[in-house]
Amino acid sequence: MKPKEPLIDVTNLTVHFYTDRGVVQALDGAELHLGKGEFVGLIGESGCGKTTMARSVLRVLPAGGRIIGGRVSFAGQDLLAMEEEELNTSVRGRMITLIPQDPFNSFNPVFSVGTQIRDILKWKGKTGGNKKIDEVGILEMLGQVQIPSPGGQLQKYPYQFSGGQRQRLMIAMALLPSPSLVIADEPTTALDVTVEAQILRLMAKLVRGREISVLFITHDLGVASEVCERIVVMYAGQDMEDGPADILFSEPRHPYTKELLESLPNPEGRIQDIPGEVPSLIHPPSGCRFHPRCPNVIEVCPRQKPERAELAARHWVRCFNPVR
Amino acid sequence: MEELILEIQDLKKYFRGSSGFLSKKVRWVKAVDGVSFQVCRGDTFGLVGESGCGKSTLGKTILGIYKSTAGSVIFEGKNIPHLPRNKAKEIRKNIQYVYQDPGASLDPYWTVGRILSEPLMIHTSLSKRSIREQVHKMLDDVGLQEEHLSLYPHEFSGGQQRRLGLARILCLNPRLVILDEPTSGLDVSVQATILKLFMELKIRFHLTYIFISHNLSVIHMMCNRLAVMYAGKIVEMGETKAIFSEPLHPYSQVLLAAIPQVGKKLGEEKDLSLIGEPPNPEDFPPGCRFWPRCRDKMDICETVSPALQARSDGRSIACHRIHPLATKT
Repeated sequence: MKPKEPLIDVTNLTVHFYTDRGVVQALDGAELHLGKGEFVGLIGESGCGKTTMARSVLRVLPAGGRIIGGRVSFAGQDLLAMEEEELNTSVRGRMITLIPQDPFNSFNPVFSVGTQIRDILKWKGKTGGNKKIDEVGILEMLGQVQIPSPGGQLQKYPYQFSGGQRQRLMIAMALLPSPSLVIADEPTTALDVTVEAQILRLMAKLVRGREISVLFITHDLGVASEVCERIVVMYAGQDMEDGPADILFSEPRHPYTKELLESLPNPEGRIQDIPGEVPSLIHPPSGCRFHPRCPNVIEVCPRQKPERAELAARHWVRCFNPVR
Repeated sequence: MEELILEIQDLKKYFRGSSGFLSKKVRWVKAVDGVSFQVCRGDTFGLVGESGCGKSTLGKTILGIYKSTAGSVIFEGKNIPHLPRNKAKEIRKNIQYVYQDPGASLDPYWTVGRILSEPLMIHTSLSKRSIREQVHKMLDDVGLQEEHLSLYPHEFSGGQQRRLGLARILCLNPRLVILDEPTSGLDVSVQATILKLFMELKIRFHLTYIFISHNLSVIHMMCNRLAVMYAGKIVEMGETKAIFSEPLHPYSQVLLAAIPQVGKKLGEEKDLSLIGEPPNPEDFPPGCRFWPRCRDKMDICETVSPALQARSDGRSIACHRIHPLATKT
């Protein structure tokens, strides 16, 4: 696979949350790279920092969260240094849009779906000063996300749509401003498996050919494997492995990725769990944060955080003693 | 010969649905509508289907949490819905239910010690001391320690809360355990730990499981037999291995093809994704409930509901396409 022109480069990102119980070290020098038009999966278990990563890119961390260090470069611009005003007008909801996890709570219940879609274009439309809204474009987009008879749907309210339909509307809203990056945060977790399959197919179809990059956050390894070209595996605030999806899943090089894959349910019934529990990020383990649970642990692991090493073409691992 | 532990015959559970303002007409939500199946001792019987297909309602109706509208639940030869209340309670001691949301099913104001001893106080006449001993033993069996007894449920992680839920029901030595979405919302590595625990406990305590889940990979691994439900009815039932290798009902085919799997690429195989949305449970289509979304629909499907028919290989299917003769009935 040949490298794509870079779109977003997150380097050495450290994020802390200040809570009553102490400082949660949510991201520890994490790294993430996305090329133009690339469909990248960000996977890992709850609390590993997937969502924090996405929120840091948009600088919309919840209260108590602070970016301590690092760089987020997006299409040549430093997002961490950008003025809030500029971020609002040109990046959030415009160049970078979001498909949320929960289609049930992401609409405003008191406005019609049409009003909410038009609002997006009013605020974020590429028409600039032109306030005329491209109604034809909206209907065309609704058709593309397979909303039946889109003409009659715009005056309906969110509760009149099913979960799958609402997620289709969310996808339409994320694509209408013609973004260069769509962040999809667990977009199918709340849906049934057959609806999930429909939505995944739809997303893959719509972004292909549009030169839109997708950062697909999921805890479901199967889903990630089906739609993503490249996968980044996170654990306890550190990026552990980054590689082409087919290679990473068939020949994982980081012990955590390997253990995670082995803990998936399988028809043979031999199940392998990862010993120990996910660490508290208030007192995270030193060095490589996976070392207390790692079968490949060596003497250096608790002392030092491993650097990203490119073990094969476009396949990086942060590990002193990777799987061979 | 395998020993039958539970037999469900034509079980129905209807809920009173919404009716219009001033309208006298009552609509019924047919959550479970004529379900029959058998579970043998030592089985892990899977109930799969998507949200709203009635699988949890079925589980709760079996236990008697919901009063059945019609049909029989025969546990070890006794028809529970027909028994007097005190007898039914005695039998239900042997059937236990593990809830989907472990946090919400544990009283937040009670310590773990109190939560675990409560079922023993209700269902047994043990002395305080033997209750305490029993509780300690169970805690140990599910992998928790004695110091956990004085803690409150919120102090436990999701995986530990599930262990607590298990400890509570195991106190009573049940023979049949209904697990309702026991791993939903858990991370894969925690899920692996819990599934492993289920397998161990099953062997140690000679349990029979009814495993309700929408996660087909988990069902595939855990269950030896399963029933696929759609809109309140069983559409296909049989050995897990056989169904997963060759699903016959059009809905099972779609459902199994939709399982996200590592190594599978989207669009590599025939696009089996479903058209449309699940039907409204207050207003099921006439005939087969799946026909509006079915790829193999025939004219008869729109009017006649197909019966669940057993085949010689032990598989049962409710589909006119597969049982053309079923149209006679």
